[in-house]
Amino acid sequence: MPESKQREKAEAPAGNAVARAVKDPVSRRKFMALTGGSAAAAAFLAACGSDSGTTTTTAAKSGGGGETEQFGKGDVGILNYALTLEYLETAFYADVVKSGLFVGADLATIRKFGEEEAEHVSALTAAVKQLGGKPAPEPETEFPLESAKSVLELAGTVENLGAAAYLGQAGNIESPEVLASALAIHSVEGRHAAALNTLLGLSITPDGAFAKPATAKEVLKSVEPFIVS
Amino acid sequence: MEVIEDSRDLSRSDVILKGALAAGAVYGTFMVGPYVRKALAMSGDSDVDILNFALTLEYLESTFYDEAKTRAKASGELKSLIGLLADDEKQHVEALTATIEKLGGKPVAEPKFDFPYSDTAGFLKLAQTFEDTGVSAYNGAGPLIKSKEVLGAAGSIVQVEARHAAAIRLQNSEEPAPEAFDPSLDEAQVLKAVEPFVA
Repeated sequence: MPESKQREKAEAPAGNAVARAVKDPVSRRKFMALTGGSAAAAAFLAACGSDSGTTTTTAAKSGGGGETEQFGKGDVGILNYALTLEYLETAFYADVVKSGLFVGADLATIRKFGEEEAEHVSALTAAVKQLGGKPAPEPETEFPLESAKSVLELAGTVENLGAAAYLGQAGNIESPEVLASALAIHSVEGRHAAALNTLLGLSITPDGAFAKPATAKEVLKSVEPFIVS
Repeated sequence: MEVIEDSRDLSRSDVILKGALAAGAVYGTFMVGPYVRKALAMSGDSDVDILNFALTLEYLESTFYDEAKTRAKASGELKSLIGLLADDEKQHVEALTATIEKLGGKPVAEPKFDFPYSDTAGFLKLAQTFEDTGVSAYNGAGPLIKSKEVLGAAGSIVQVEARHAAAIRLQNSEEPAPEAFDPSLDEAQVLKAVEPFVA
């Protein structure tokens, strides 16, 4: 399959810090290789002749409701799982704003993204309550904020992960209204991810023409280093 | 001019929907009640119907970017972005066509399109409209999809459309993610938005 120059950029700088950060320790690509795509994405990928070898398991089976049950049953569990991730993103951006590492347009972008994550927190909290559930508690978080570059890399990793997390749950959601709301958030996470990838000089679509989902298990494992309690 | 009127209609419905979302946040209802119900009222559509609707949009985007390789007068970063977008949209067309056939349906014929622009700025303006509309179209259709597999596939496409939208918006020096919740559009609204470009 012909790859455009834009996409090659994501693969090329194997030796530089950006590539290392994206690969490790919160590597979306790495756990994508472990988890594979959904069955439907596999069908799509097969249809377009992709050489991706990561389509052996199904998100629907391996990433089913059971994976978010620690957060509650059914849609409440999925919403609380999403809420936990949104809390994490909100705290991250708040810490970055306070760090003083960014000024001007970059700071404005970070502030804007952080505000949007906070809106997701409010909306998800309200949705859990509306379904009669108890909203997940806000986790205590800690992020390595060493330089502007490493922070942007981490932001890119977290946003790409967030988008994959929502995609991984779409098929598990029972209520059409909850699904509509999750989709409205999912695409915003995708926008954030692409904007950060652009700033980082990475491909806006690291998975190619079809974004890959992530299971709750892998997402939670990836964010574990940032959760203190 | 037709094009502008239609994009006005589109932004008006966006405003209405954003209003609904804001109201939802205020009243703690969260769900976009009346709009989702309106969309669900169209749930007579089969998955093949929805996929054919998506295919029409992907035909439009695919043709648009393919033409833009020469018509948009782009260079450098934008030129390579157009190449990427054209490639992605072509893959979406191929995947949707194959999926419709797999479900026993008949893929819609590719319409003829007419894109009114003459320079890079005109191209970018249209591109932003198409990508944002594409995101809203998939998001609106998502809850109507019956098969979880088709939903997963549509989800993997809409995220890519959202990524495209953000990249094009950055090219236009606009916010890549203007709202915390992407609005959704129903089929009639989407068709109205793209109608001016079908020759």
